[in-house]
Amino acid sequence: MAGLTRADVEHVAFLARLRLTADELDRLEGQLNHILDQYAKLSELDTSAIPPTAQTIELENILRADVAGPSLSVEDVLRNAVSTEGDFIVVPPILGGDDA
Amino acid sequence: MIGNGDATRLLGHELASRLRTGELSSRDITLAHLEAAERQNHALNAWLVIERDKALAAADAADARLAAARMEGSEATAGLHPLLGLPVAVKDLVSVAGGQCTAGSRILEGYVAPYDAHVTGRLRDAGAVILGKTNMDEFAMGSSNEYSAFGPVSNPWDLDTVPGGSSGGSAAAVAAFHSPFGIGTDTGGSIRQPAALSGIVGLKPTYGRVSRHGIVAFASSLDQIGPLARDARDAAALLHAVAGRDERDSTSAPIPVPDDLLRLPTSDDEAAGWLKGKRLGLPAEYFVKGMEPGVEARIREAVDALEAAGATIQEVSLPHTDYGLATYYIVVPAEASANLARYDGVRYGKSIRLPGADFIADYLATRGDGFGPEVKRRIMLGTYALSAGYYDAFYLKAQKVRTLIKRDFDEVFGSGIDALVAPTSPSVAFKFGARTADPVAMYLSDACTLPANMAGIAGVSLPCGLSDGLPVGLQFIGPPWSELELLRFGRAYEAITDDADWRKLEPAQLALADDPSGPTPAERAAALAAAA
Repeated sequence: MAGLTRADVEHVAFLARLRLTADELDRLEGQLNHILDQYAKLSELDTSAIPPTAQTIELENILRADVAGPSLSVEDVLRNAVSTEGDFIVVPPILGGDDA
Repeated sequence: MIGNGDATRLLGHELASRLRTGELSSRDITLAHLEAAERQNHALNAWLVIERDKALAAADAADARLAAARMEGSEATAGLHPLLGLPVAVKDLVSVAGGQCTAGSRILEGYVAPYDAHVTGRLRDAGAVILGKTNMDEFAMGSSNEYSAFGPVSNPWDLDTVPGGSSGGSAAAVAAFHSPFGIGTDTGGSIRQPAALSGIVGLKPTYGRVSRHGIVAFASSLDQIGPLARDARDAAALLHAVAGRDERDSTSAPIPVPDDLLRLPTSDDEAAGWLKGKRLGLPAEYFVKGMEPGVEARIREAVDALEAAGATIQEVSLPHTDYGLATYYIVVPAEASANLARYDGVRYGKSIRLPGADFIADYLATRGDGFGPEVKRRIMLGTYALSAGYYDAFYLKAQKVRTLIKRDFDEVFGSGIDALVAPTSPSVAFKFGARTADPVAMYLSDACTLPANMAGIAGVSLPCGLSDGLPVGLQFIGPPWSELELLRFGRAYEAITDDADWRKLEPAQLALADDPSGPTPAERAAALAAAA
């Protein structure tokens, strides 16, 4: 399997929304490639006819009645937010400057 | 009359009977354990917070319930929950309303849980006394507790070694007699491996046995909550208290929890007699390359003892065991990277807002500063494994191999094997720093435990002697919903080794932890790093 380049590591860090220092990027490049080498072992197995397992217990379609039950108060929900206004959490603007 | 100091040495069921006779109160028991925890936390760092006032309030409430039941008579006292009035150490990723829940991470520093986890509610219903929250590897990612953002934990058997992880704080607290009961979580071995390294009992239930509502999610298709204790009977009582269907977790199974968990044999003869005719499988693949000879010797002795007591031992093969590690380290980072996407610094947790920057820059800064190195490594691996063009090669491939691993277990259990017997960890407790330089070396710590998580089945680790003066863990692995059987095997093993000299030993360096001027675990780790 092709290894990760430094540029790949930087790209994945951006996708994962992680700001990393140059040192961290250096270290991760080596470590991630070392770990990816271990993954290569799986190519020894022919799995073309094997179905994937996403969960291990045979439960399906667990449903409940569509009725409202007790839930947290607005006050409890907002207590951990960094910034609030009235009954709302203040979020950073995600649309361009003119719309913000 | 038993003094406060001695109460910490009693098992949960021994404390429960003294509560019922009135020989001890929950306040006596709680105070004795709080004092031990407060005295030794400087040296062990097992606790991230000790909640003395809340614990004493819970103890007084339990004493009131006991007094009322005693007035009603023996039937009422017999009907009391076995955990009533007894201390529990709770891993700091289980929500306890009104208290911290850091998951061992700076990104959740200052967060206050707004509600109780399902297990917390069950503990409260039982009248258990939550002493505080225990240290852990950040987001449960680790096998040594060295990846906690709040410092490493010392193993009471040797203060320069790790207690295992990720439930290292709960394991050390139970091993050090700070609490008879501990709650942990196990995604790849995080209950069983620290139980093994710390010389106690730890059980990972079948996936779906215990509701995950209110715990910090790590890898959702594998995470399970389970008990840590100092014998099989106590582990069974704690499992009984927290297990069962909860509609807030749709993966919690509507399978009855056997009440016989509360009736494991009290007599050693009965416990050992149960073994006769039971079939135990010995999986060749679990005696891995690099396993310490002392560990293998203790496991072989335990297997011989089980055979001598009437169990049939049969060599079996789980041919895909060797692929478990690679499979696990694809599936787990992938699920973790998705779960940890929620830490955005907006709704809760650490938040960095850079003046004039856009929201992406805020996310990058918050997450880059808030997560520690192992968490970042796993998020990176998971993000990569799930990214466009690589999904089939990594994640889908791993899920297919997961099927093969599960089939290995299905075939063995389908052939009439009642349980597998194997080592829990290929090594005893290791020194601080021994595995932090190489992530793959750390990952190998879980080689014997993670297959059970991949297959969603149950496993329990019990102490089976010492190697180089450090505890060795014996693992029983069983089919889905076999917790009761596994604990009967464990109880039987305890019965047949009841006279063993090693059972009488306390953790060798526990007394050293009483020294308030001694080094902290972080200082010990730094000294070892400097000497290396």
